[in-house]
Amino acid sequence: MDIVFTSEEFAEVERFKSLYPQPKAAIMPVLWMAQKKFGWLSEDVMRYVSSIMNLPYSHVLGVATFYTMYFKKPMGHRHVQVCTNVSCMLRGGEDIFNHISEKYGIGHNECAADGDISLEEVECMGACGGAPMIAINEDFYENITIEQIDAILAGLK
Amino acid sequence: MYSVPHLVLPQISDLHKLDVYVANGGYGQYRKAITMTTDAVIDEVKRSGLRGRGGACFSTGMKWSFMPKGNDKPKYLAINGDESEPGSFKDRQIFEYNPHQLIEGILIAGYAMGITKAFIYIRGEYHKWVRLMQEAVDEARNRGYIGDGMKQTFGGNYTLDIVVHKGAGAYICGEETALMNSLEGDRGYPRFKPPFPANKGLWGMPTTINNVETLATIPPILAIGPEAYSKIGAPKHPGTLLYGVSGHVNKPGVYELPSGTLLTDIIYKYCGGVPGNKKIKAIIPGGSSMPPLRGDEIEGVMMDNESLRAYNTYIGTGGIMVMDEDTNIPKVLLRISRFYHHESCGQCTPCREGNGWMEKILRRIVKGDATSHDLDVLFSVASNIEGNTICALGDAAAWPVKGFLTKFRSDFEACVKPTREFLSPNIAHGRRQSAETLIQSV
Ligand SMILES: Cc1cc2nc3c(=O)[nH]c(=O)nc-3n(C[C@H](O)[C@H](O)[C@H](O)COP(=O)(O)O)c2cc1C
Ligand code: SF4
Ligand code: FES
Repeated sequence: MDIVFTSEEFAEVERFKSLYPQPKAAIMPVLWMAQKKFGWLSEDVMRYVSSIMNLPYSHVLGVATFYTMYFKKPMGHRHVQVCTNVSCMLRGGEDIFNHISEKYGIGHNECAADGDISLEEVECMGACGGAPMIAINEDFYENITIEQIDAILAGLK
Repeated sequence: MYSVPHLVLPQISDLHKLDVYVANGGYGQYRKAITMTTDAVIDEVKRSGLRGRGGACFSTGMKWSFMPKGNDKPKYLAINGDESEPGSFKDRQIFEYNPHQLIEGILIAGYAMGITKAFIYIRGEYHKWVRLMQEAVDEARNRGYIGDGMKQTFGGNYTLDIVVHKGAGAYICGEETALMNSLEGDRGYPRFKPPFPANKGLWGMPTTINNVETLATIPPILAIGPEAYSKIGAPKHPGTLLYGVSGHVNKPGVYELPSGTLLTDIIYKYCGGVPGNKKIKAIIPGGSSMPPLRGDEIEGVMMDNESLRAYNTYIGTGGIMVMDEDTNIPKVLLRISRFYHHESCGQCTPCREGNGWMEKILRRIVKGDATSHDLDVLFSVASNIEGNTICALGDAAAWPVKGFLTKFRSDFEACVKPTREFLSPNIAHGRRQSAETLIQSV
């Protein structure tokens, strides 16, 4: 895919910039937009963001690497995030992580060879009342069992 | 709309819709606020006794009064919805079920401090709740409840606009100065204080940072009056709190109750007790950075900051984590330390390195490879982090370590060997029996 935004996306970048007293603040929403479109933040994508944001590449790289949710390598079509922090751990979060890891042969922050699925062990997602929980891409699944996860992952294929 | 204790989350269905909110008197407290002087509004908040719900329990009215008067330069309000402290999941309820009350609270705060622009910072993982909050903000703007349309809706010249900003996965951005750096488009490194945000905050301008729940509490305070509010719950930490209960309880969730509610009532009356009727081993009362309580000391504990201080712990975010008698305490502490190590931004040596050491020592303890000497080293590392860092993440990491080690010493001792044994002693070790004698001889 060519690394270039459409004119609508450019308009969106300008809108983001206008929301803040200084345009630099738009970098997070623009990185989100870039990740959504290009899948992950490769060096080329970050250089592109740096050029349209008028910011040094080093700054874009610095910001992108500060946050765990910006992907610095390709991730799966379905990015499965398993919380193993305390409340989820107390209710079986680790078993869930191990199950998915074994089933798909991938570890933390790894992606299956066909790019279909990737796995991440995440810190508390703010869903402790629904522990154990996982998230697939942007959706939370709370109070979940291994059987339900298998069914969801089978159904989503 | 408001009947105690349902002030922040009134039990009205579809309250997230603007029409329903307005039909129940919503935005009426803002109308009332603008008939008062700004000082009078701040004074009401002060008299209510409201203390911040983001963890530090600072007086909200006091914080607002630190903002400089006058409109010669822009001032900003940042609303902290980063909500990443393990065990905390309460602000999310407000985004989902009562976003307009948060917006109304922002309007009142903005009016009181002369602020015309507010930023709601929401953690990136909350995709859905970022969306819901954005929808509520857009609806409010389209219908003239925020932005330029306010002049027509409410009269007068004051307007305020709100930007919803999505984080991208960094616990540290909940720390108020890190939040400001993140919002400005930099790495989310905490800033050294002073200068305090009220003098030099976002883009160098006076800024107030408040938690989501704090601001959502403002409309009910004006509605029922500051005196009535200050009489709810514990006198020194009044009002209702959103207790988020998780872990080993039958009905986990968010419960809005008066401050100072008995911990045992929260667990047994509201949350239906512990699965399998097991005994409680430990409770973290306010998010993972707060020192734990032992299961055998929770009788009579009241859940407000002042009462908890008597037990050397604090209310924090009100996120209560319950652990039953079968819980492996060293393992829980390892998980907590792993978290703080992962989330340390790395600016301060004690936090960056100390957290790494604590995680490593705890790993050894959990594996059964540690000695009793390691427990003392662990405690001293925690003590050397505490108070020696730029931001309070250092303290947040040290407190649970010191708390768990102190209150559950026997659990840790059961995992460690009295002295270290070497599997293949080299020449030096061959002359000495253990690491302990080695250390003593130097
Ligand atoms: C490491 C760290 C993380 C924090 N995370 C949050 C958070 O997620 N949400 C929050 O409201 N406050 C958080 N705080 C507290 C904020 O710095 C600040 O005190 C608070 O937002 C002020 O709002 P309040 O006065 O309304 O409580 C955090 C503090 C530290 C040191
Ligand atoms: S205490 Fe830790 S998180 Fe806070 S500024 Fe220092 S290194 Fe960063
Ligand atoms: S511990 Fe898993 S969501 Fe909070």
